Amino acid sequence: MENTATRFQTRVDSVRTERNATRSARVAVAIAAWFAAILTAAPHASAQVAVRAKRLHTMRGPAIENGVVLIRDGKIAAVGREGEVSIPPDVETFSAEIAMPGLIDARTTVGVSGILNVPHDQDQLERTASMQPELRAVDAYNAHDPLVEWVRGFGVTTIHTGHAPGELISGQTMIVKTFGRTVEDAMIRDSAAIAVTLGSAARKEGAASPGTRGKMIAMLRAELIRADEYRSKMKRAGAEPRDGAAQPDGESPARDLRLETLARALDGDLPLLVTADRAPDIASALRLAREFSLRVWLDSAAESYLLTDAILEAKVPVIVHPAMARAIDDRENLSFETAGRLSAAGIPIALQSGYEAYVPKTRVVLFEAGVAAAHGLPIDTALRAVTVDAARLLGIDHRVGSLAVGMDGDVALFDGDPFEYTSHCVGVVIDGRVVSRGKR
Amino acid sequence: MTVLSASFVARGDEPIAFVGAHLVPIAGAECERGVLVVQDGRIAAVGPESTVSVPAGARRIDAAGKWIMPGLVCTHSHVGDIGGADGSHPIQPGVRIHDSIDIRDPGFRRAVAGGLTTLNIMPGSGHLISGQTIYVKLRFAAEGPRTIDDLMIVGSDDRPLGGLKMANGTNSMRSSPFPGTRGKSAFLVREAFIRAKEYQLKIERAGGDAAKLPPRDLNLEPLVEAMQGKRRVHHHTHRHDDIMTVLRLAEEFGFRVVLHHVSEGWRVAEEIARAKAPCSIILVDSPGGKVEARYLMLDNGRALEEAGVRTAFHTDDYITDSRVFLRMPALAVRAGMSRGKALEGVTLAPAEMLDLADRVGSLEPGKDADFVILDGDPLSVYTKVLETWVEGKPVFDRSRPEDRLYAEGGFGAGRARRPYLCCAEDQNQ
Repeated sequence: MENTATRFQTRVDSVRTERNATRSARVAVAIAAWFAAILTAAPHASAQVAVRAKRLHTMRGPAIENGVVLIRDGKIAAVGREGEVSIPPDVETFSAEIAMPGLIDARTTVGVSGILNVPHDQDQLERTASMQPELRAVDAYNAHDPLVEWVRGFGVTTIHTGHAPGELISGQTMIVKTFGRTVEDAMIRDSAAIAVTLGSAARKEGAASPGTRGKMIAMLRAELIRADEYRSKMKRAGAEPRDGAAQPDGESPARDLRLETLARALDGDLPLLVTADRAPDIASALRLAREFSLRVWLDSAAESYLLTDAILEAKVPVIVHPAMARAIDDRENLSFETAGRLSAAGIPIALQSGYEAYVPKTRVVLFEAGVAAAHGLPIDTALRAVTVDAARLLGIDHRVGSLAVGMDGDVALFDGDPFEYTSHCVGVVIDGRVVSRGKR
Repeated sequence: MTVLSASFVARGDEPIAFVGAHLVPIAGAECERGVLVVQDGRIAAVGPESTVSVPAGARRIDAAGKWIMPGLVCTHSHVGDIGGADGSHPIQPGVRIHDSIDIRDPGFRRAVAGGLTTLNIMPGSGHLISGQTIYVKLRFAAEGPRTIDDLMIVGSDDRPLGGLKMANGTNSMRSSPFPGTRGKSAFLVREAFIRAKEYQLKIERAGGDAAKLPPRDLNLEPLVEAMQGKRRVHHHTHRHDDIMTVLRLAEEFGFRVVLHHVSEGWRVAEEIARAKAPCSIILVDSPGGKVEARYLMLDNGRALEEAGVRTAFHTDDYITDSRVFLRMPALAVRAGMSRGKALEGVTLAPAEMLDLADRVGSLEPGKDADFVILDGDPLSVYTKVLETWVEGKPVFDRSRPEDRLYAEGGFGAGRARRPYLCCAEDQNQ
């Protein structure tokens, strides 16, 4: 560990900061970004940070040339052109070619599926049963896993993470910031969706179920009907499904965490995050959504380009598989161009790093967005897909995804086109705290 | 090394001149407006427009605005739906990967779409010695290859060229009869090479007398070839101490080794440089995925370059997709490697590591006409491979819909689907 820390101390390039009071006095500060970022960037209750960028993507209207963002107490206090926004004296100011809202990874398992890929750090998939919606991501998230810091270093400030694809219902997901000592520190939403997998990955061998695609849907329908009955009984008894303790007439059923979670999906409170790649599996997801009036977010959706009309008609958004995902198994027919084609068809999309079972243990949504942008997704749309559009899809656009007064102070800084292979992320701010100063 | 051309390369073709392209010859400086002349499957002339003239009778192709660089060489690929050594023993040098390759695997079409022209196809790393690798040219021209034999690179003795795949670290540590520790792993390898040395001595003492020759041993032959320097050892290794073990064994038995992956090469870069061991590294999107890749860093290339280690990149396809192979030198540049060495890392350096640098890896007169035409800087995310040529023939053309399908992906780019017959499969087991 010492060796590594030392090594990073020497490799991390210094970042130029400016004190506004003495704008000409530039102080180069070398920071050990790898382990020390958390220690050095301790939160300051009244701290102010300013970001100056030659090109500032606010994601609210056109980019601002020579833009300034001022962050106070973790929230954005001012945004505008240089000169319009005055930076108070003694505010730490970062300058970069490009600044944009912190990136949002709309589907990952970072923090739950750890870097080492050994049993003690793999909590993304419980294999004891094929349907376990009651499993919460919040109980499995390691805010200190090095991959959290890794993606943060590339500008990713918000992740929708949790249980992985691989079981018919693997558990819940949640939305966190990539900074915080505990999951509570990092939390935006503790329960974001129920992760469902349709397709080969959820299939069991031998006598275990589900062994076929037909069985998968049969099991889901039966369980949703049970949840509907549970919900009805709870309502008749005057108890909220989420509060089984209230039993005014003594007839409320015993609290069932599994059915309670699915009841929230039936209420429209929790969407189903349905991982489906082959066209028939995507069609099954839409059919299920229709029958039970479920909110569905399609995940991965490799062959979605075959069903754009049906997806559009169902008003279902798609969190498109990583552009560089492997063309194997159910994803054998995936395309670099899918994000571009769906977006052109008018389908709301977001981008993701996905789940990786081996090497690399995670992808980086910044890189995936770059490849999507190089293959038919307009660059502005690609920027939106990892910021404001992802925030809207996930229902967190009131806090993150754009730079405007009152929004969270999450900013990513780059020394060039963020999507270009050879550009660097040169700084990351979360809730007004400088959490990465390294040149990545 | 003398290498014969594959028999199907046409002779006496008209010369073709690509005029006006930005040339990245690797041998020599880039030039903004160059000429590349190919004929009979070889490069006839290459250089700036001011010095290279288009020969009379040549087919002239306007390549202004485009970039041309040598065909990419990958020292480590698993395309072809391959299956090498099985689970019966950790040391199986007698298994040849070329007896298992399906050339209709879409991985080959994705490789040419990525600008790759020469591959070392290797078995996996789940064995200490997993068998013989095969060096191939992706001769997917219009007439098409029919079998793996059409892709082989044949040496002066008419045998296909290839290396020997070895591995240490955790991938080859499994349940018995595989080793459970690093010490046992090294012991088993030393024992195998010692047997091979004895076998080699017996052959030498026979002095050509057939009666005195030992019985042929297919498992020992490749090890003898490795010790004679005829067969390069391609050694999977990640952790710094495993890297040192490879160097120790290579010194003991005198085999010529290429270190592969070398994730912690940055920790022992000086030692690697002293041993003059070339490194073929991989860069992936994050460290980890297994304990020994925990410190796989994007600046490994920079660290090795600074130590003076000859460094290449490889796809390890399917670990990374061959279509984005150029992303790897680009990420290395992002982390501080020089542009020149990074580009050499996908061309000339890997060609050297396959002992094919006299034929491929740079744009030089006399070398095979293996090259890539791109629409921009090879290190930009926005750049597309437009065409890939092998031995003077186009093997990938983005303007053809069937080639574009593999370049971008889409319905039909995967392999034919096999039906899932739930219970019939169980009965067959």
